[in-house]
Amino acid sequence: MNIFVLLKQTFDTEERIVLRDGVISEDGVKFVINPYDEFAVEQAIQLRDEFGGKVTVVSVGPDRASEALRTALAMGADEAVLIRGERIPADEAAVSRVLAAYLRQQSFDLILGGYFSIDQVAGQVAVRLAKLLDLPHTSAITGMKLEDGRAIVTRDAEGDQEIVEVALPALFTAQQGLNEPRYPSLQGIMKAKKKPLATLSLDDLGLTAEALEAGTSRISVSLPPERAEVRMIKGELRDQAAELVQLLRHEAKVI
Amino acid sequence: MNQTFLIVAETREGRLRQVVYEALTAAALSAGEGDRKIGVLLGSGVEMQVIELAACGLDQLYVIDDPSLHTYNPDTWSNALLAVIEQVKPDAIFLGHTAIGRDLAPLISASLNAGQISDVTDIRQADGRPVFTRPIYAGKAFEQRVANTRPYVVTIRPNNFQAAGPTNQSCEIVRLAPPAPSLRSVVKDVLKKASSKVDLTEAKYIVSGGRGVRGAEGFRLLEELADVLGGAVGASRGACDAGYCDYSMQIGQTGKVVTPEVYIACGISGAIQHLAGMSNSRVIIAINTDPEAPIFRVAHYGIVGDLFQVVPLLTEEFRKLLASQS
Repeated sequence: MNIFVLLKQTFDTEERIVLRDGVISEDGVKFVINPYDEFAVEQAIQLRDEFGGKVTVVSVGPDRASEALRTALAMGADEAVLIRGERIPADEAAVSRVLAAYLRQQSFDLILGGYFSIDQVAGQVAVRLAKLLDLPHTSAITGMKLEDGRAIVTRDAEGDQEIVEVALPALFTAQQGLNEPRYPSLQGIMKAKKKPLATLSLDDLGLTAEALEAGTSRISVSLPPERAEVRMIKGELRDQAAELVQLLRHEAKVI
Repeated sequence: MNQTFLIVAETREGRLRQVVYEALTAAALSAGEGDRKIGVLLGSGVEMQVIELAACGLDQLYVIDDPSLHTYNPDTWSNALLAVIEQVKPDAIFLGHTAIGRDLAPLISASLNAGQISDVTDIRQADGRPVFTRPIYAGKAFEQRVANTRPYVVTIRPNNFQAAGPTNQSCEIVRLAPPAPSLRSVVKDVLKKASSKVDLTEAKYIVSGGRGVRGAEGFRLLEELADVLGGAVGASRGACDAGYCDYSMQIGQTGKVVTPEVYIACGISGAIQHLAGMSNSRVIIAINTDPEAPIFRVAHYGIVGDLFQVVPLLTEEFRKLLASQS
């Protein structure tokens, strides 16, 4: 079983967002594996342990993304690939074409990714990739088993569960609930240092300028407006409930 | 030159989703004088919805009504939509950022080699082109984005645009044959788990519970309040992890992102994980026994008290208020 996992390095969930010269500052920021991609890494490792084969984690990103790849290797992935290039725009159409160019050179049974990344929250790259590689896919899966060259997955559709049978090779994106990602063990961390982590450039992939054209562009970033101080309601609980309902009607005008 | 906007409609439980009407507004905000708006409705047994949608100011409505479209399947639905796109040749395609839209949009974007802007909450015109605002970093920042391709694809977040209403414009209805069903992936079964009558992401009012609710029993109190408001019940990750309720109700970084008019957080401490899913709600009310709970930092109104006492009192007050106006 040859499995590729799409991985993005993101800001840690707890990080505050600071703008410097209109750009989101990365100073002192702690980076992690995108939490949804972590489910994908865990699933790949479990499948490899059950069916044999190899897990390759692949990321499109800057040099710092190699830390996240190294963490995935420490969790138990076998190999890692970082595709880097200043010319890759921050746009899902372009990133998916870069990944497609790489994966067209590989043979695989399964591609796993996260449902979306918690920084850009666009949820496009993996599904676009499925289309570019002409693979069937199911997004937002919370359960998965393999039998006879097919995957039987559970898809989370706004709370309802769809049981979907998909012919392999195929691509899936992980939703929360798929598994409980492991922490890298000390032994895993030691082993990861010796595992292969290759860096590919755009020239290695033979990408044309056209493939790197951004489908969309960010023109600015802004922070949410400052919040007004909370209004604490006082008095007997019964009076508080009555006052709140009145405030919602007459002040906030939402009921 | 005049442009054509394609709005993709979807139904849930036999009704047009609210976000469809909001997508109509979003398309209108992106469009200019004389631009055309064309709808597309895919589904099975959707004749009632055709009539409803045709009255909403569309120039044309494409309909593919076939049992093969009863449940969402990426291949079948994208093939159906691409057949419509082939005929309409739109400049822009608008969908709801729903379970279906989130999957269908990138699929057709890749097919069309189009740029896509996901989860849009605001649209403004600047320099003769629409600029799309969307939350990033779990609502801790917003980005403004423009599309570089024709066509381009937009998904809009439910509950952020006014719903379009009926107009007098006449609408031509065009029916197309269904696409060939997919052989690569097949939906074997659908297990209905979403407990609420109202979908969480589209609910105007959400009553949400955390660990402080202390069990499934406590969630019944929240349901009563939600019922009175015509809203839905949500939960924090803590409450789901503790087994008080189903994960389908989870709101947060992992889980659903919601922007209701009113969000009532009951016994929720307000971990960043949870705030990521609800901090952009219009009015946030926090009910918690701990006055230091971080949830009060994002709340507009706060009550320090035991939710088991406060929630039934609130239910009673809302019931009185709503009864007096009807």
